[in-house]
Amino acid sequence: MIRVTDLHKSFGRQKVIDGLSLEAPEGEITALIGPSGEGKSVLLKHLIGLLEPDSGDIEIEGESIRGIRRSGLNRIREKFGMLFQNAALFDSMNVFENVAFPLMEKTALSHVEICDRVVSALEDVGLRNVEQKFTDELSGGMKKRVALARALILKPKIILFDEPTTGLDPIIKKAIHRLIRETHERFGFTSIIVSHEIPDIFDLADNVAMLYKGKIRQFGKSEEILNSADPVVSQFISGSLDGPIQLI
Amino acid sequence: MGRMGWFLAYSFYMIFRHPVRPLHILKQISFIGARSIFVIFLTAAFTGMVLGLQGYYTLTKFGSEGALGSVVALSLIRELGPVLTALMVTGRAGSAITAEIGIMRISEQIDALETMALDPFKYLVSPKMIAAVISLPLLCAIFDVVGIYGGWLVGVKLLGVNPGAYFYELEKSVEWRDVYSGILKSLSFGVIISWIGCYKGYFTGHGAEGVSKATTEAVVLTSVLVLIWDYFMTSVLL
Repeated sequence: MIRVTDLHKSFGRQKVIDGLSLEAPEGEITALIGPSGEGKSVLLKHLIGLLEPDSGDIEIEGESIRGIRRSGLNRIREKFGMLFQNAALFDSMNVFENVAFPLMEKTALSHVEICDRVVSALEDVGLRNVEQKFTDELSGGMKKRVALARALILKPKIILFDEPTTGLDPIIKKAIHRLIRETHERFGFTSIIVSHEIPDIFDLADNVAMLYKGKIRQFGKSEEILNSADPVVSQFISGSLDGPIQLI
Repeated sequence: MGRMGWFLAYSFYMIFRHPVRPLHILKQISFIGARSIFVIFLTAAFTGMVLGLQGYYTLTKFGSEGALGSVVALSLIRELGPVLTALMVTGRAGSAITAEIGIMRISEQIDALETMALDPFKYLVSPKMIAAVISLPLLCAIFDVVGIYGGWLVGVKLLGVNPGAYFYELEKSVEWRDVYSGILKSLSFGVIISWIGCYKGYFTGHGAEGVSKATTEAVVLTSVLVLIWDYFMTSVLL
């Protein structure tokens, strides 16, 4: 269970998160949707301790990470995998080294075992014979898939996905969604996915939270959100230009 | 200043924390040290040659050109070797350290390390600091030796100073404490170069412009700090 209670965060004079509370149930996929620039990625960075909130609390499996020591935070981080919006691959390493990196740093597996795991992880995300390529030789979609393989390779208990399928073609997008669903069914991780893939994300997620103006506007099962009567939620899902959400 | 001090202290602390990463350290020694040898060789040779020329010109006024070896060696070992080595390494490796860490910062690679429960100081900063502290004295030693032979080439081969006198005066005048002070300076310059380089990269601004600005600031600040610190060390070690 991930629990966020009354979270506040400002950057200078700009308030990004304004009293946000959220509970992501254990073993379920929770999608975080909402207009761009509303702080969805900022919220993910708070969950993994990359950003410190101005106030409020975050509990990961019952343990608060607010003001925790670095060693304690690292212990909690070992439960996590994270896929960054811009992939965040190590550009001095090739694809193999990137995906193998968590295994080399966090396990005592032999080189042969690591090779097998890396090749298998890359095949799971639809990549073959790219192990020796450097990240600047990959397309945006391929980078995302390599980063996804890296995030999944340690089979973490909690996985945060920051727009895992943005910039991918529809077939790869569906394949990635299926991979997340299948991996979730096999390992039962808790997950929060920031996504703009509407309506596809409703098929993938168990729960959906709509973030608007620094707060959770509505949280519920996918069907509830899809059929929401809230004008903000329904405008966002329909993609209509008319409604309470203004572009500027 | 407080943040810079904390950065240095934490980097030192992480050096002694498990696990030690010998491969990372070796890679950094190769980058900071081995790949700087050519530029150090070139700089040292011409510095020694200029010292040979200038020294000869001055010493002939007093009829003491036999002391050329002593002048060249003491200038290099005590002062020019450590300082010029530090300035050349700052330009070649210090700027690259800032750019590398800065790009890792803006492309969220450092965040990725943290999410994997790896301390960026342990992984990125400490190996560079150890490598710089090991590399600088070795590069300085190369600088000193090459510079002395540069002075010998001009003084002895071109200007006709007695070769025996050149090395005899050198051997007679250079003491262990001269070498010792040069080594101490180089060690501390190694800390300064890696500290400022890593610090500026770690706290870089936004985008390519931020990295560019951080790199320039790192080179300027390191160069100035090297010269200021050199003065204080010289005044203590004399």
